[in-house]
Amino acid sequence: MMTDKNKTIWIEYLVFLCVVSAFGLITENTYYLQIMTFIGINTLLALGLNMLMGYTGQVSLGHAAFYGIGAYTTAILSGTYAINPWLALVCAVAAAVLIAFIVGLPTLRLSGYYLAMGTLGFGMIVNIVIREWGDVTGGASGFVGIPVLEAGSLVFMSGASYYFLVWGIVFAAIIICRRLLASRTGRALRAIHDGENAAVAIGINTHALKLEIFMFSAALGAVAGFLYAHFVLFISPESFGFMFSIKIVTMVVIGGMASVWGALLGAAVLTLLPEVLHGFAEYEMIVFGTVLMVVMIFMPQGLTRGIMDIIRTARRARA
Amino acid sequence: MTLLQPTPGSRPQHILEVQDLTKMFGGVKAQDHINFSIEKGIVCGLIGPNGAGKTTLFNMITGIYRPDTGKVVFNGKDIRKTPVHRLVKAGVARTFQHVELFSSMTLLENIMVGMHVRTKAGFWAAVTRIPAMKREERQSRQKAEELLEFTGLAEDAHKMAGDLPAGRQKTAQIARALASNPLLLLLDEPAAGLNPVETHALGQLIRKIKQSGITMMLVEHDMSLVMEMSDKVVVLDQGKKLAQGTPRQIQSNEAVMSAYLGNG
Repeated sequence: MMTDKNKTIWIEYLVFLCVVSAFGLITENTYYLQIMTFIGINTLLALGLNMLMGYTGQVSLGHAAFYGIGAYTTAILSGTYAINPWLALVCAVAAAVLIAFIVGLPTLRLSGYYLAMGTLGFGMIVNIVIREWGDVTGGASGFVGIPVLEAGSLVFMSGASYYFLVWGIVFAAIIICRRLLASRTGRALRAIHDGENAAVAIGINTHALKLEIFMFSAALGAVAGFLYAHFVLFISPESFGFMFSIKIVTMVVIGGMASVWGALLGAAVLTLLPEVLHGFAEYEMIVFGTVLMVVMIFMPQGLTRGIMDIIRTARRARA
Repeated sequence: MTLLQPTPGSRPQHILEVQDLTKMFGGVKAQDHINFSIEKGIVCGLIGPNGAGKTTLFNMITGIYRPDTGKVVFNGKDIRKTPVHRLVKAGVARTFQHVELFSSMTLLENIMVGMHVRTKAGFWAAVTRIPAMKREERQSRQKAEELLEFTGLAEDAHKMAGDLPAGRQKTAQIARALASNPLLLLLDEPAAGLNPVETHALGQLIRKIKQSGITMMLVEHDMSLVMEMSDKVVVLDQGKKLAQGTPRQIQSNEAVMSAYLGNG
């Protein structure tokens, strides 16, 4: 039982690595590589939110705030103060985790709609601060002058090198999430999801644990923000607003809650769909909305579960 | 028997002392100066008509409600202000009247999550998978399997908890509570909804748990089960303690009779 499970996990990792490397090595079109890089960055966001929302059952409508905190911290430190970007990454993650702690301490006592409202307000506050603190953040017109990432003689410019950097981090994040979920902590998180009262009754300090996973998801969000900032080299507040928070929630729901690969799939669909739908010009948003509705009507469990169910029924039909 | 060995370090003769406990809900006295104590290793039945305050009392012993006045002393310590997760760690476990298993997890995982307070691995241990974490994980799994064996649920270990029949879910709840190595186990209507065969098996299980040295409190409407299992019975009525004594004494107590049958 145990070894079988381990084997499937390794096969999944192997397939993931093969697909990612093959795509990175074969593709020369920079546009495709760029899209794939964005999918990787969004996967980090969806993974983090999925830990909080999919596995622990705590809805956050302000996840883009941590993305913004990560992006702006590294932009300001490495752009304005010329601090080494890798050191800025550490600071960005620390800032996001600290803010998550301060915000989460009172808000995670809330649940359901109230938590959603609390995090929504937090997301808006962060966005307003970025917008209004013009001297430091560049305000509404954005922040220019983010340095390119370097490691020794390696320069991570857009293209294959950045693609591999992002997907390498995504791979690490997937392993971390997987390990966390397969542990005592992961079981406790799922227990909170299934029934918070019962989780309290068996001795789980649910508030502390929710806070911990909120901080973890913030850290992943900040890493995504860091990668985004040093990739596009110009950031503005719109990228980290309420609409983007909703988009991350959609990635998690469409991909399938409580599924690590679902986060990846959801991020891929939500990143690719607008690109594919460019052809519809002004009708783009209508088609986009329709696709999401159709998925939710026919696959309420998300794409991952939906596709697996289809495969299973097809197999059974053949047998 | 090492499987259910209660946490060591218990000194006083009474595992639980409830002293002058009062709890108001609005203007209603849900608990009115309740006094009783439970000796180590016994089964104490808690009975009374609907609305007598049995579940409220359970909720105060397990830290979910705070009493307005009075004390709850568990294992020599006043636990009025102890948060639930500390209380479980100190050795108080409970089951619910309505089953609350974690339905998206397997039965085995449900039992393993019940060991939360007895295990340590945190975030970093899980991510780095240090040897101590792997060892703990292995031991948890093994102990969970033994507990399922002990409660007769071994064959369902890898089924989703939500898919089990109601009777087995009730037993699973007890197994999960035992996973925290309690000194005191509170069972809230464990026989409700069980058929006679299942109720008989429940009685056997309670006896086995008692043999391993765990003190139990039993709220139950099935009188024959309560009278058969209990060493001591406490009767509540409208928030007050009506009587306490051996099952035989309670059965012949007139105040108890009239509370159940009305003062006709």
